[in-house]
This record gives sequence, C-alpha cells and structure tokens, in this order.
Amino acid sequence: MKESADASLGHLLRDLAPQVLGAVARRHEDFAAAEDAVQEALIAAATQWPAEGIPSNPRGWLYQIAVRRLTDEVRRHIARRRREDTVATERSAIETVVPTVFGEIGADEDDTLTLLFMCCHPSLTPATAIALTLRAVGGLTTSEIASAFLVPEATMAQRISRAKQTIKTSKVAFRLPNDSERAARLAVVLQVLYLIFNEGYTTSAGPALHRTDLSNEAIRLTRLLHAMLPADNEVTGLLALMLLTDARRAARTAPHGELIPLDEQDRTLWDRSLIAEGVALISSALPRGEVGAYQLQAAIAAVHDEATRVEDTDWPQILALYGVLRELSDNPMVKLSYAIAAAMVHGPQAGLELLAEIEGDARVTEHHRLDAVRAHLLERAGDREQAITYYRRAADRTASIPERDYLTTKAARLAR
Amino acid sequence: MRYMLMMNAPRGTGDYAVNAWSPDDLKAHIGFMFALNKELSESGELVGAEGLAAPGEAKIVRAAKNGVPVVTDGPFPEAKEFLAGYWIVDVDKPQRAYEIAAKASSAPGPGGAPLIIPIEVRQVMSAPPDM
Repeated sequence: MKESADASLGHLLRDLAPQVLGAVARRHEDFAAAEDAVQEALIAAATQWPAEGIPSNPRGWLYQIAVRRLTDEVRRHIARRRREDTVATERSAIETVVPTVFGEIGADEDDTLTLLFMCCHPSLTPATAIALTLRAVGGLTTSEIASAFLVPEATMAQRISRAKQTIKTSKVAFRLPNDSERAARLAVVLQVLYLIFNEGYTTSAGPALHRTDLSNEAIRLTRLLHAMLPADNEVTGLLALMLLTDARRAARTAPHGELIPLDEQDRTLWDRSLIAEGVALISSALPRGEVGAYQLQAAIAAVHDEATRVEDTDWPQILALYGVLRELSDNPMVKLSYAIAAAMVHGPQAGLELLAEIEGDARVTEHHRLDAVRAHLLERAGDREQAITYYRRAADRTASIPERDYLTTKAARLAR
Repeated sequence: MRYMLMMNAPRGTGDYAVNAWSPDDLKAHIGFMFALNKELSESGELVGAEGLAAPGEAKIVRAAKNGVPVVTDGPFPEAKEFLAGYWIVDVDKPQRAYEIAAKASSAPGPGGAPLIIPIEVRQVMSAPPDM
C-alpha cells in the first residue's frame, strides 16, 4: 500500500514538474534559478504531502513554494549586493525579476510546450538537449539520466549545468516560437525525442533495464506533445512510429541479449495493443494534409507489424513507401532501405545494383550498415564467399556488441 | 559516442622516464594533465581516467589447468610499448576525440617541449544497433 502511494505521488510530481517549471520560467528570466526553485518545491512536496495530504491545488502549491524560494533568493542576492555597494534600486530589482507572481497560473500546456521548445533549442548539441529535456520536462533525476547514458553522475550534472548556462548566455526567450520558426524548431524537438527513444531501444544484458526506461520516457513525452498538438501530422507520425517499433521489443532479443532480426522474430510476442494504437494514429494522420518522414516511417513499420507471418509482408507496399521517403530526404540510409525492399520485390540482384549507386556516398562508404546489407543480398544471391567477407567487414565496423555478435555468427555459419 | 584514449609509452627499462625529469618539468607535466582532466570534466565529456603504475611492477597472469592463477613477473621484453594511462570520453563526434587525444599528446616534457606521445584512440562498443 505504502509503495503504491509513493509511486502515485512520484507520478503526480513528475507530471506536475514541467508545468510548474514552465510557469515559473515564463515569469523569471533565469532558467537555471527557476529550475533550482522548482526542485526545492518538489522536495518540499515529497516530504510534506505524505504526512499532510495532497493539497487541493497541487500545481498551485508547488508554484507558490517555487516562487517564494525564488523571491528569497533574489532578496538574498540584493542583500549581498547592498553589503558590497549601496544599491538604491532593490525594490525595482525585485519587481523585474519576480513580477506579479502570486496570481493564478496560466495555461499549463503552453508552458510545458514552451519548456520543450526551450530544452530542444538549436543552440544546444543533441547530447545536451537530450539531458536537459529529460531533466526539465521528463522530471528524471540527474543520477537516473547518468545511469541511462552510462556516464558518471558528475559528468551528467556538468552537461546539464552547461546546457542551462548556454540557454542563459544565448538569451533564449521563454516563449513559443513564432509561425515562421515554428516548423524548424518543432523538427528539432521531434529529433531529440526520437534520439531518446532510439537510445533506449537497445536491449542487451545489464544496464538494458535503464535504457528501456528511456524509450518509455520518450513515448511518454511524445504522448504529451501529441496531446498538446493533436493536429500536427508529424507529431502523430512520430508517436505512431515509436509505438509500432516498441511493439516488437519482446521479440527483438534472445535471452542473452542477442539480436533477432525482423524476419526471424516470433511475431506472437509482438504487442498487439500497441500495434493497434500505432496503426490507428498513422491511419488518422496519413489522409490529412502533408506527408512527412515520421509518418512514412510509421506507415512502413505498420505494414511490417500487420503481417502476422513474415511471408505475408506486403513488400511492394513497403517499396512504394520507401520510394516516397527517398524523394523526401537525401538520407543514404533511406536509399539503403529502399534497396532492401527492392531486393524483396525484384530479387537480390536488383538490390545489389541499387547499392552500387549508394557506395560512392561518403556518408556511408565506411558505414557497417552498407556492408551488412550487401552481405545479406550476396547471401541471398548465392555468393557465399563474398557474403562472408562483407559480414565480417560489417562486424568489424559496428560499435554495437549485439550487432557485432549477430554479424560474426552469420559469417561463421556460412563459413562452416 | 565513447572513446578510450590510451597513452602508450616506450617500454624502456621498466621505469617511467619521468623519474629522470627535473622537478619543474615534472610539475609542468602534472599541471597539464590536471588541467586537461578538469577541462574534460567541466565540458561533461569525461567518463573516466586513470594512470597506471610503472610497467616494471606488472605481472602477467594465466590460468593453470585447475584454474589456479600462474603469475609471471616482468619485465616483458616482447612488449615494445606499455599503457601508461587512459581516458574514456563521451563525445558528439570522432573528431572531438581526436582533438582531445592531440591535446593529451602535446603534454610538456623536459624543458617544456611537447612530448608528442602517441595516443591510441579506440571506440568503446556501446552504440545502439541500427538494424
């Protein structure tokens, strides 16, 4: 009983944290100070609420405490300055930093959205944007984020504090981007969320548990974004893509963390309810307005997920979707997938011919994925010797242990 | 992406060559390494760094048939160089790891001249599979 009460309090605080932080940050120029104040309010809630009960307006409660902490901090700051020199303008200083703060909190969803836009700001590197988003919007602790990314807590703390510093010095205004910059900024938000998802979508032994949490967190945040922007097709597309990919998680790895490719997975392990939700989302988005890359990838994932047996896969449909995606972006990885689909429809030789067109692209010549795909197609074409060579080359080039083990095993089986 | 930066030194006599340096040179060298680690720690890139004891102290261990360790004392004349220390850094792109390695390579030696120590840069297997 106690445990579930703790868990539900934890959920409540995590849901409220970005709303309160968004509201405080909107009214206060210093994001780092706002974040510290909200942290203190959350700690106060975690100690007081279990004993005194959850207040009737928990969000308002947290907001009041956070703002009080901020005001105290500003007062202390002014007192310090007064000791150093006589500052006559302390009253106006309080008013600039903490304007009429004790009023009602405005629309919380806008604030959370603004917070998300701020954390995924183009002035931050992806690694810092990810850390800041998980911290400020996801409400994860620094230690949780550090263990998810397998770095020491001090390293992660430093990354987060640098991100806040970057925001402070670049004077990013705490407001929603205007219409002209909105699409570009939303694209960065979606990219950060997708990176978090992919970071978590690696299941191997040991730290895998933490990394699974990252996928769940990415899905939770994307659901939140989707709830705020239900009419945005790419947001819907990304959410569908995550659900349709995550649905295969249980089938994707063997007990010791070995990778199981799509065509060898036990499809009865796929999560049917996630697939149904993903398919419904993408089916609602596709007929509406402009088609984007996330929607197309979700549609491809849906075609795979809807085949209960691998031989039922509608490859001509997948080839057509990759064809559209290929027109949309100049990504060599998309061309690679197009080649695989072409091989499934027209035979391995057709795929190998398409690979010849990609191999000059400097972005993939040294990439293990090109070698791995070539090895697969050569194997299917019956060229055993060449297939072994390329499987081994791909194994040497990948930085993923499960993937290296998979490719090495493939080569070893052919070499017997 | 994570990289291990391995600082190799020539095997020599089994002692670190630094033992023969002047106190000022030694101080400059230690200060340089300290500043580098501080910089990496503040940039949020340092995962770990260690220096290793002199290679003359090294042992080589093999398992005997019954699993008991068989310990061989050095020196090991077959080894041309030895690992003096390493960093593990988490960086956005390989070029950044090379930059850090180049900086470590330029640590000052006798008379303050850069040592140009060879740093072996190897990616740590940890990236997510993308298949």
